[in-house]
Parts: sequence; C-alpha cells; structure tokens
Amino acid sequence: MIREFSSSDVLFIVGAIRWTLILSAIAFVGGAIGGMLIALARTAQNTLLQRVAQAFIAVFQGTPLLMQLFLVYFGLTVAGLPIDPLMAAAVALTLHASAYLGEIWRGAIQSVPTGQSEAASALSLSYTHRMRYVVLPQALRVATAPTVGFLVQLIKGTSLASIIGFTELTRAGQIVNNATFQPFLVFGTVAALYFVLCWPLSLIARHMESRMRRAITR
Amino acid sequence: MYQFNFRPVFDNMDMLLQGAWLTVQLSLTAMVLGLIVSIVGAVAKTSRFVPLRWIVDVYVEVIRNTPFLIQIFFIFFGLPAIGFSMSPNTAALVALVINVGAYGTEIIRAGIESVPRGQIEAGRALALNPLQILRYVILKPALRNIYPSLTSQFIYLMLTSSVVSVISATDLAAAGADLSATTFASFEVYLVLTIMYFLLALAFSGLFGALRRVFFHYPASR
Repeated sequence: MIREFSSSDVLFIVGAIRWTLILSAIAFVGGAIGGMLIALARTAQNTLLQRVAQAFIAVFQGTPLLMQLFLVYFGLTVAGLPIDPLMAAAVALTLHASAYLGEIWRGAIQSVPTGQSEAASALSLSYTHRMRYVVLPQALRVATAPTVGFLVQLIKGTSLASIIGFTELTRAGQIVNNATFQPFLVFGTVAALYFVLCWPLSLIARHMESRMRRAITR
Repeated sequence: MYQFNFRPVFDNMDMLLQGAWLTVQLSLTAMVLGLIVSIVGAVAKTSRFVPLRWIVDVYVEVIRNTPFLIQIFFIFFGLPAIGFSMSPNTAALVALVINVGAYGTEIIRAGIESVPRGQIEAGRALALNPLQILRYVILKPALRNIYPSLTSQFIYLMLTSSVVSVISATDLAAAGADLSATTFASFEVYLVLTIMYFLLALAFSGLFGALRRVFFHYPASR
C-alpha cells in the first residue's frame, strides 16, 4: 500500500534525529578519548608507540568508513558476540573518530614550540605536568576549530549506520520512502535536517579559524 | 569458536579484482570531472556578478553539510520523480562529481587567494606578459600550495565511492556485497575488501607523490 507523505512521516523522520545525535555523541566522546591516546602516542619519545599510533591512523584514514562498519558488524560474530547494529556503529565510528582526532591533535601538540616543552623540562616538570600545564592548554587553542569541523564529518558519517540497519535519520528516511514513494520530498527533507545539524557547526568552525588566524598574524 | 573460511573469497578473486578496476575507473573519471566543476566553481566565486557567487556558495555549503549517502539517494531515487532517470553507475558518477566539486571549489579558491598580490606586481615589474604571469607567477605556485589538499581529497573520494554500492552501482564494494550474500563468509569478504581499498589508497598516494616530484620540482625551494 502506497500512502501519502504526511505530517506523521515528517515527525517520524524528525524523531530519528535523536539516534543520529546519540550515535554522534557516543562516537565523539569515545573518539576524544581514543584520539587523545593516539595523539600522545604519536608525539611520545618511544618509537614503538609512535609506529603503532601511525599505523592505526594510516589504516583508519586509508580505508572506507563503510568497510570499517561492515568489519566491526560482522566481526562481532567472529568475537562470539550477538550482532547489534547500534553497538557495531558505535565501535566503528569511535575507532574512525579516534584516528582522525588523533591526527588533528597530534598536529596541534606539535604546533606548540618545542622551547615550551624544553623550558618545562628545565623546570623539572614531569611528563604529565608538562603536558597538562604547558603543552596541552596551548594545543587546545589550535585544535578547537578543526575538531568542530571534524564533528560535521562525524555526524555525516553516522548516516552509514543505516546500511547495517540502524534506524537513525537516513534509515528513517528510507523507511518512509518505501511506504510513500516520494523520494524527492523524503530525501529532500532528510538532507535539510542534516544541513540544519551540520551548517551551524561549520560556521562556528570557520569563525574560530579566522579568529585564530587573526590572533596569530597580529 | 569461529571458523575462518577464506576459500570462497580467493576462489572469486577475479570478481573482486574486476570490482576494484571499476572503482579505479569511477574514481579517476569523477576526479577529472570534479576538477573541472571545482575550477568553474572557484572562478565563479571570484565573479563580480553577486547572484552567481551566491549560487556557488549555496552549492558548496549544501554539499559539504549533508551526507554523501543522502546525496546519492536524492540523485538516484529523488531525481527520477521529477523526470531525470539514470542508471546506477551514471548516478554514482554524477553524485561523486557533485560531491568532490564542492570540496574542490573551496580548495582551488584558497589556492588562488594564496598567491600574494606583491608577487603579481613583481611579475609585472619584470615585464612579464599577463599570460606568463598567470602561468609562472599565479598558477604554478597556487597549484603547488593546494596540491596536498587536492590529492588527499581525491583519495578520500576513492574511499567514499564505496558508498555507491548501496544503489547497486558495480564497484568494488558491490562485488564484495554480492560475494558476502552468496557465500556467507561476510567477515572474510570485508576483511579482504578493506585490504584492497587500503592498497588502492596507497597506490593513489604513490602516484600523486610521483606526479608531485615531476611537476613541482623546484631545486631552490627544497
């Protein structure tokens, strides 16, 4: 039965935004923890740690997010766990975000002049204190704009979770489209909703970036 | 305990290799056409005709702030509803070109802006003609500045192209989906597929690195 694209369909699609947001939030928090570890490993003295972090980044930036999702999804069976789309999407997106945030934050950490770190060492601060009080606060300023920019990429990335059957915004659109056969309207609405989520973040990121550039050139 | 079974994957390797070849063709075509769209977009953004700049701005912002998956659904399922039908492979190509065109427009615009005005004035002072200024003073340094972001955007495009398998375009990911559905060795199939994409990305970045050394080799600035 084909039915009209009605207001209840719009409500169903809008309601699915919460799953997009929940998934994005899980991936961002997980990715922030993982990314911090990757960034610290990448800038560590230990070459083995550096290599491992480098390989992690290369693998996750050099393969499609879709494949990462499928691998985790079907990998759950291999690991003897029940296949669950939300869990698979959360794990895959967390790993994905860890690699990208790790690389962004490595750049930010390395942008802090080495003299700062050396001065902290000369003051006999430990590694933890050096990072916590001297390097990371300065790196944070450099990292904020690209981190917000990556958040847009992450929200868009959650749309792929629909392919393994997780009902977020994109999947909700597909479900409504299958019932109403109004793809132009349905996918137009879904696109508009993603735009409403992502555009403000893009604007904030751009604003912060230009403010940073002015602060540096001054 | 899970029993790994790579047999069906290696028995059907020709099918995957064919898919990989289609992915390479699709990515390269999308890159070339996307570059043309990007150049047109970047030039249009410098236009004195304001509505044209707005159109390009809307295009860039909408594409960059919506998922590629939705773009491809819109083009493949949405456009036929208003009279534009196309085959899955054509829709895949169109979606990729539109997508990479938006990112490329921004990259190329930044490249044009990255050449300091003083350089152009210096070129004029050296009595270079406008064509020489364009070629040696503007284009070559501008291209060298944006080459890294442009090429990583292209590798990202190749990886993103895996998503076109959802509309049954015949790329590497679609070949994998077929194989996964017929053999049930899903994990093994996607593991091999992921490795193949990784190798493709390595090959592309090797190729781009070689091209960089050929075209942007300035002994003085190394």
